[in-house]
Amino acid sequence: MAEGIKDKVAIIGMGCTRFGEAWDKSADDLMIESSMECMEDAGLEKKDIDAAWWGCCFPMGGLSGLPLSMLLKLPFIPVTHVENFCATGTEALRAASYAVAAGVYDIALAIGVEKCKDTGYGGLPDFGGMMGGTSRWDMPNATAPGLFAIMATSYFAKYGLSPEEGKRTLAKIAVKSHHNGTLNPKAHMRREITVDEAMNAPIVAWPLGLYDCCGVSDGSAAAIVVRAEDAKKYRPDPVYIKSFNIAISSGEEKMYTDWDYAHVETTVRAAAKAYKEAGITNPRKEISMMETHDCFSITELTEYEDLGISPRGRAKEDVDAGFFNLDGQIPNQPDGGLKCFGHPIGASGLRMIYEMYKQLQGKAGPRQIKNPKIGLTHNMGGFPPMNVIGISILGL
Amino acid sequence: MVGITSYGAYIPRYRINRNTIYSAMGWLNPATLMPGEKAVANCDEDNISMAVAASLDCLNGLEREKIEGLYLATTTSPYRERQAAGIVATALDLRPEIRTADFTDSIKAGTTALLAACDAIKGGSAKRVIACAADSRLGKAGSAQEEIYGDGAAALLLGDSGVIATLEGSYSVSYDFTDHWRGEEDKFDRTWEDRWIRDVGYTKFIPEAISGLLKKYELSIKDFAKVVYPALYVREHAAIGKGLGADPGQIQQQMLATVGDSGVASPLMMLVAALEDAKPGDKILLASYGNGSDAMFFQVTQEIDKVRDRRGIKGHLALKRELTSYEKYAAFRGTIPIEKGIRGDEIAFTQLSNLWRERRAVLALYGSKCKRCGTPQYPPQRICVRPDCGAIDEMEDYRFSDKKGHLFTYTGDSLAFSTSPPAIYGMIDFEGGGRYNFDLTDCDLDSIKVGMPVEMSFRRKYADPARGIYGYFWKAVPVQA
Amino acid sequence: MAEGIKDKVAIIGMGCTKFGESWDKSYEDLIVDAFKECIEDAGIEKKDIPAAWFASCFDEVFAGKAGTPLSTTLKLPFLPVTRVENFCASGTEALRGAAYAVASGVYDIALALGVEKLKDTGYGGLPDFGSVMGTKNRLITPNMTAPGAFAMMATRYFSVYNLSPEEGKRMLARISSKSHHNGTLNPKAHLRREVTVEQIMNAPIVAWPLGLFDCCGVSDGGAAAIVTRADMAKKFRPDPVYVKSLQIALSSGEEIGYTDFDYAHVETGYRAGQRAYREAGITNPREEISMAELHDCFSITECVTYEDLQFSARGRAREDIESGRFDLDGPQPVQPDGGLKCFGHPIAASGLRMIYEMYKQLQGKAGPRQIKNPKLALTHNMGGMPALNLIGVCIVGL
Repeated sequence: MAEGIKDKVAIIGMGCTRFGEAWDKSADDLMIESSMECMEDAGLEKKDIDAAWWGCCFPMGGLSGLPLSMLLKLPFIPVTHVENFCATGTEALRAASYAVAAGVYDIALAIGVEKCKDTGYGGLPDFGGMMGGTSRWDMPNATAPGLFAIMATSYFAKYGLSPEEGKRTLAKIAVKSHHNGTLNPKAHMRREITVDEAMNAPIVAWPLGLYDCCGVSDGSAAAIVVRAEDAKKYRPDPVYIKSFNIAISSGEEKMYTDWDYAHVETTVRAAAKAYKEAGITNPRKEISMMETHDCFSITELTEYEDLGISPRGRAKEDVDAGFFNLDGQIPNQPDGGLKCFGHPIGASGLRMIYEMYKQLQGKAGPRQIKNPKIGLTHNMGGFPPMNVIGISILGL
Repeated sequence: MVGITSYGAYIPRYRINRNTIYSAMGWLNPATLMPGEKAVANCDEDNISMAVAASLDCLNGLEREKIEGLYLATTTSPYRERQAAGIVATALDLRPEIRTADFTDSIKAGTTALLAACDAIKGGSAKRVIACAADSRLGKAGSAQEEIYGDGAAALLLGDSGVIATLEGSYSVSYDFTDHWRGEEDKFDRTWEDRWIRDVGYTKFIPEAISGLLKKYELSIKDFAKVVYPALYVREHAAIGKGLGADPGQIQQQMLATVGDSGVASPLMMLVAALEDAKPGDKILLASYGNGSDAMFFQVTQEIDKVRDRRGIKGHLALKRELTSYEKYAAFRGTIPIEKGIRGDEIAFTQLSNLWRERRAVLALYGSKCKRCGTPQYPPQRICVRPDCGAIDEMEDYRFSDKKGHLFTYTGDSLAFSTSPPAIYGMIDFEGGGRYNFDLTDCDLDSIKVGMPVEMSFRRKYADPARGIYGYFWKAVPVQA
Repeated sequence: MAEGIKDKVAIIGMGCTKFGESWDKSYEDLIVDAFKECIEDAGIEKKDIPAAWFASCFDEVFAGKAGTPLSTTLKLPFLPVTRVENFCASGTEALRGAAYAVASGVYDIALALGVEKLKDTGYGGLPDFGSVMGTKNRLITPNMTAPGAFAMMATRYFSVYNLSPEEGKRMLARISSKSHHNGTLNPKAHLRREVTVEQIMNAPIVAWPLGLFDCCGVSDGGAAAIVTRADMAKKFRPDPVYVKSLQIALSSGEEIGYTDFDYAHVETGYRAGQRAYREAGITNPREEISMAELHDCFSITECVTYEDLQFSARGRAREDIESGRFDLDGPQPVQPDGGLKCFGHPIAASGLRMIYEMYKQLQGKAGPRQIKNPKLALTHNMGGMPALNLIGVCIVGL
């Protein structure tokens, strides 16, 4: 029987650019930056890399691995392009991990990048291109904030929150991430905000306002993985993969009436498998810290419940209690999250892992969490009714 | 001493015999038949690309980093707002710390740009300024304009040292004389009766400006080796000179039967032609036409013999290919809609923030050269492409636009959309190193061979009229033996 | 040290739709058709599958940038589905992703499925590279098509080996006529008509010097495979097909940017072939490979691939072509199913389609085109253009 990925693979190097509106940088510049930091961190050179996986959701250089191989002048090694919407970065690392675990390669590179700020408008590139032919006819002309705003509407309705109460809870989530962002020199947004500012910000898609939405950023992140038994040859403090799970919508959320649009079913499924694989029975006690996919504040709120940290319908209590603050029991988004670190689609999954990696190694500077043991990343692609979730659990 | 320090010109390769036009459209307007041929911009050429070509001819062997201004005269810019001079300056790889301006809305704008450039130098705000003029004007099918208008460009470098022809004086007249005009929504010129234009326009304004100049500087028409001015009417062109007291040998011949009336470029192209034959000590008088006239005169110096290696008017007149089909001409100039197919209609949007970042690579054809191994590479790389080098971030800028190349391999693609099918493209290996895929232009499939030499030419690469975007890039042109 | 993939993974089921201009089918239909045949062949049910890899290349034309088109079409119950892409070699990449996942012990069974719905663009040929190649490239790359990019290789090949256009085109015509013959024996093939060398040589030019019959079909289709760990394979069927090697090589940029590359071969093909032979323990591919499906997007591609994979000596493919070496009854049959040329080329399905044919041939189920006692089979799947590409080489055997 298949035994999973636990403790088979270790991360021995990572790199991450500053995220933001990098008007003067191309995707190429960003990938060179992240891969160089990553190789330096691993103490390796380009020639040591056996194979690479490249995640990019809106590839300006074509639908293949060639943009990476041509850029880095990788000497005819395999480079595979993977995609799973905003969870693309997690997929790149997953593929690299399987390849080394299979014994096919010793050293594999996973890199994610996105250059979002070349569209000429705010928000993500239009879904007309992203969702393909027929969905243009049978879907509303929806944007990401709109599709997640619908989840806020149904969450408020299901749990009897007035818009005022609901928005206040969401505002606290954003305020916490903004605080953490100020401690992170690589973050896109580095400014404290107040609950009142967040609640009174212009509406983007009702009930979500400007501060309920994450940054749209350019950036890149990279990781190098090896088999666990080789890891200590490279560094004394490799970070081991305890679990890696992906779950993708089966279509039933979108087309079958059981689903409540007040949670994300794929997260529930992926988390159950991830905890099982990592041997975690009480996530609220056992997880030291997290980076979850806070593309919108409502997404983060439901994730607390979907990940089994907060009881169903009661995430508000934990948010109010500061449970997820940097000095709380399970700090979430210590690096500022998508909200403030920013969200270059294909890079975000790896950026989350970058923060957990640095925290586990005790290198997170002013935002260092005390003695973390187990870090969880949760990376989502798509929309509440049709999406993909990637969960990784990491530890020393 | 301020004046012209270098000159250049450009005439597109294609020529159409006016009989070809007349055979197609003469049924509509039997009175239009004019003699000779006219120059036709290729389907990938426009005023901007021709201005670049003329300016490159002018700057041949000169230090581009010393240029401090570029004035472009044209009445046929594809953009209502986006400075054409800025595109030309970027393509020419001029420094950003320069003054650029478009001179437009009248066909005398070429001489106005020239005078403004000289004034800037005289006023001490610049030492070297390019004044270039380019037009590719359209006439409606069957119109006299369709037969008369031809495409071309000229460029003059003005400066205060190494002057080949000093600007000695000028005299201008300006009138709101509406002989032709284009309203905001017009694609084609509208014109008033040509007899009025001839009798009240050309034959009045040009003599008025020239006479004013002669009087102002106490000169006689006989003092000039060449008198240069345009006129759409062959007989009146001669009559204007005669009326001023010039011998026929003093009058610079027009290019109506070889190029056509190239609008703003006409007087400057004629000036370049005059300079090609000028001897030290010659005085040259130049007058333009259009809402009045600018007249000016030059004194040719000994330096003229140092500026002979230009393709200029003579060189470009000699390089020609006949366009035998009126319909192809009309398609090139966009006066008839052609079926592009769905493939041809499919145009991705242009990322302007990306174009800005890559402007030197795209518009000036800059690659990079590895400081460690010396390998030139295009587009610019941060990691060296040479397999046994691979240096990281050790690059310096390297300009390919002025490098000769050889055609390494090619095809003629009938599947890709092209206004001039098949789309010919190939891989170019540059002398000194570097290779990339480029379109080939101004050639046909039968005439090209593996290994033949090519040079780079700035062209319009695509048009996205629905979004009002015209994209420019460099193409390879086979060098004729 | 990493030991490679040899004999770690087995294919226990495959499916492949008929390829062609499926005006009446959506990509969902093609996915379901390929999937049904595949699980039936493997003797398993949908619920037995724990993870999947999905390949499709032109997402803008239909499906979207994720694994969701596969998961929602097949109603896979919240499984991991990863979308992989590597141009026309996307199908091989899907199999590679699935193979590594089972080899690493993460899953027992994995599905690889490739599909492409090309015939919804409104024009012939592949979807325009304006959308495929991204906007930066569009600013500086000619308005190229696939036939044009490969035609440049024919121009070079003819020039390097001193073939007149007439000689060169005759050699290429021989390649296409062979594939057309094989296509007539294959009910799932897109093009099923014999054509003569003369017809091929006189066909309209698509991109000089390549004519219509030098170009493969542009088709809709889907193909799928189920893999498992080799030690479990016999539990599913008596005749699983084992993966002996799976190699990918991508251009490093030197072919298009550095002047050493001769544009008369494909460097990645040579490199991937060398690695695959080493992994599979093959020293003399001309003798040891029983049959192959090569990436004949254009006749010239197949020609240089004979040399890149060392079936023929460098510059001497022409002799082997003329002697019929690669014909169905020759010593080393190539494209027994008709190849891209005649089976057709739905981009992301093609890599799996090639393996499908090798799988059926190895199991002795290839009907009228059955090759006698094949031992080792090779597939060669290319994406991109000669100067900028990637190659997947897969060797399978019993």
